[in-house]
Amino acid sequence: MTKKKLIIVGNGMAPGRMLEYLFDKNKDVYDVTIFNAEPRVNYNRLMLSPVLSGEKTYEDIITHGDDWYAEHDVTLHKSACISGIDRDSKTVTSENGITASYDKLVIATGSNPFIVPLPGKDLDGVLTYRDLDDVDRMLEAAQRGGRAVVIGGGLLGLEAAAGLKMQGMEVTVLHLMPTLMERQLDPAAGFLLEEEFNSRGIEVLTKANSHEIVGDGTGRVKAIRLEDGTEIEASIVVMAVGIRPSADLAKSVGLETNRGILVGDDMRTSDKDIFALGECVEHRGMCYGLVAPLYEMAEVIADNLLDGAAEYTGSVTATKLKVTGVDLYSAGDFAEGEDREEIVLRDASAGVYKRLVLKDNKIIGAVLYGETADGPWFFDLLKKGTDVSEMRETLIFGQAYQGGAPLDPTAAVAALPDDAEICGCNGVCKGNIVTAIKGKGLTTLDDVRSHTKASASCGTCTGLVEQLMQVTLGDAYNPAAVTPMCGCTPLGHDEVRRLIKSKDMKTIPAVMQELEWSSSGGCAKCRPALNYYLVSDWPDEYADDYQSRFINERVHANIQKDGTYSVVPRMWGGMTTSKELRAIADVVDKFNIPAVKCTGGQRIDMLGIKKEDLPAVWADLGEAGFVSGQAYAKGLRTVKTCVGSDWCRFGTQDSTGLGVKLEKFMWGSWTPAKLKLAVSGCPRNCAEATCKDIGIICVDSGYEIHFAGAAGLDIKGTEVLGLVKTEEEALEHVVALTQMYREQGHYLERIYKWAKRIGYDEIRSQIMHDADKRKAYFDRFVFSQNFAQVDPWSERVSGKDKHEFKPMAVLQLEAAE
Amino acid sequence: MNAETRNWVAVGELADIPREGARVVKTDVGCIAVFRTVDDDVYAIDDSCPHKGGPLSQGIVHGTSVTCPLHNWVFDLATGLAKGADEGAVSVTAAKVADGKVLLAADDLARCAG
Repeated sequence: MTKKKLIIVGNGMAPGRMLEYLFDKNKDVYDVTIFNAEPRVNYNRLMLSPVLSGEKTYEDIITHGDDWYAEHDVTLHKSACISGIDRDSKTVTSENGITASYDKLVIATGSNPFIVPLPGKDLDGVLTYRDLDDVDRMLEAAQRGGRAVVIGGGLLGLEAAAGLKMQGMEVTVLHLMPTLMERQLDPAAGFLLEEEFNSRGIEVLTKANSHEIVGDGTGRVKAIRLEDGTEIEASIVVMAVGIRPSADLAKSVGLETNRGILVGDDMRTSDKDIFALGECVEHRGMCYGLVAPLYEMAEVIADNLLDGAAEYTGSVTATKLKVTGVDLYSAGDFAEGEDREEIVLRDASAGVYKRLVLKDNKIIGAVLYGETADGPWFFDLLKKGTDVSEMRETLIFGQAYQGGAPLDPTAAVAALPDDAEICGCNGVCKGNIVTAIKGKGLTTLDDVRSHTKASASCGTCTGLVEQLMQVTLGDAYNPAAVTPMCGCTPLGHDEVRRLIKSKDMKTIPAVMQELEWSSSGGCAKCRPALNYYLVSDWPDEYADDYQSRFINERVHANIQKDGTYSVVPRMWGGMTTSKELRAIADVVDKFNIPAVKCTGGQRIDMLGIKKEDLPAVWADLGEAGFVSGQAYAKGLRTVKTCVGSDWCRFGTQDSTGLGVKLEKFMWGSWTPAKLKLAVSGCPRNCAEATCKDIGIICVDSGYEIHFAGAAGLDIKGTEVLGLVKTEEEALEHVVALTQMYREQGHYLERIYKWAKRIGYDEIRSQIMHDADKRKAYFDRFVFSQNFAQVDPWSERVSGKDKHEFKPMAVLQLEAAE
Repeated sequence: MNAETRNWVAVGELADIPREGARVVKTDVGCIAVFRTVDDDVYAIDDSCPHKGGPLSQGIVHGTSVTCPLHNWVFDLATGLAKGADEGAVSVTAAKVADGKVLLAADDLARCAG
């Protein structure tokens, strides 16, 4: 039997889901062709906000990669916008000239962002928030800094505002209505939300009526002017006031449309061979912009494409705001009315507000702020129309209070009925998940996600799904189950490290062969990791594989965005001399180095050096006594110090001297991730030792050793390792701690993450309280330094790796004939 | 034009390029990155990532792919196409080894110039 032809216009989340349903039911009926106006595969649009805030990357949010289309024999035309449909000959034509014929057509053109028709709306820097291109544009703008003005205080606008703030911009939200998210929240919750945004440094102006977007004269946005004359400077303006169903294509070919494309309960348009799906649809007067209804439509269409008789009858929707740290849930109808009663719980100190709206003893609306765990339970009662009069007294306190004593969260999940909805986005109830876990022997969260879709969209129900796995699997569920090192192996870092030792593997090819790597030569994730593990485990035997090192470590300088390099020589403990400074000045002049900067680690960075010049720069620096500062290395970087008892009237010990000793002892050592130290001469802590990987605070009675601080992506004060009396002891403890981290850390795992994983007490007990262990770590570090302490710059000045620094050939091309 | 009748230009010895590494050939119209795989096959592509211009010759070479050093885009050396989720391509110059010498197809280079 020849297959029928199915064409889908649009490749958003709804058609992606429809195809999954369709292939699940019967994959042999249709040849599927998709025309996507966006130049990419199917990704999870709900997760754009975490991409904008930097909490996820595009790769993390792909639903169907290219492999999926290949595997399912789906033809995907990317960047192919459909310009016409010929309903008589049943063909579609794209703007880039592809024509294809169909038996059934699904229009899933989604929606367009609504552009407020303000003067200046076409200026550069006026953006919308709808797809990945918008996110890229915002991220690019965020790098330049300045102020972002977001028009619209609804779901999208607030998520955009929070994301831009996390990217370091100043942010102002303009909202026309008196309170935020007025369609989903009552005024009280809207007010709490406004307070929360204010406390994050995001300015919220309500009742703000935009009048004009002002340009800077070169076609770029400069400011926005409100009706009342207020002018707010803006380097970008994001319009997030709502969406409009994208029904133009359907309308142009004579299908019945209103606000959206009109469909019946069978999801067919006015042409029986054409279905419409998703945000472009108008069904019984409703247009939907949330994912759950779209998925329900997708299932109905999948069934009807196979000659079923499924019907879509509309959806009740619940909303969650996806801003990290803000818990907000709303569902149903919560306007006040004579026949309605409400139950309100406020706990100002905890920032909790809950409101249930009841009619005829049934929940018809729920708003939860600050504490949303019971959201799905209330939503379940709402959808089922459960009579709540029996539990009215305690209803607002949530499900856990219905049995008397409060239940622990796992027990609460265990007590849920089988048809309780766990994942609102995908409409997955508890029974589906339990059946899948038991029937298919699922043991990991990823498995459950791929089989049931639960927690696979916005992810906010992940905790519930995990608790459900706990209840179903008992001890067989291990939430700490291994994350693979990379796509080349199912093994995690710990297993690989353990096997390298136990199987005596001493080369990268040996590891890949023995541990059955699935790729021929690894990838840019696993190769540097394996190289580090082998360097660290077999310092005397392993030959460092430079081709598995990132470029910075290969050429011993830091690559910059334009392909030039920066060079940072060591200044031991941050001390320098007139001779050294003179040598640096001479190098800067001789090589026309465009930028010179003091680093946060108390040394000098020379930026913008051409790769070919590096060996000559190092030769001159080397003559003045400089060695590489390894500012590029996953290894020991700087030891920052204060002037200590040599100069400072408060100094208790020679912090500078100890810093220099540590740096001279430890330079050259490779570590899982970069390692930065500091020594402060007194508790005033001028060297900022309490946010370093390892820090020492000198006190009268000795040296307080700290570790596991962070002041980068995360901010975290150090933990105290312990107090020792002498400089020699301080050095031994710091070195032993470093070696323990070198032997156990995962590649690219900073010391604070390793320490949290291993446990601070475990580290203290091995380093502070077990002298034999400490000595053994110390000795292994000292042994490995025999092979590590070679200045890479002087090696390269002497000709090592000279191929790295010169072009292979310079060709003069003759003019093409 | 088939491969046999191309004009080939020698740019150096195979041994000049480290295995799983690359060297740069400079031309009037930009740099070409010439790669040597673990199996001693050679490939040549433009030395500029379509994303932000990163020098692909400086990336980590794995199998017949290279990962850009700036933002980790991965390219297939044979086709010049970006792999995974990224969309983009770099121009490919035909390359081969004969008698230990690395040869690039002159007409491909000229095409870049044109």
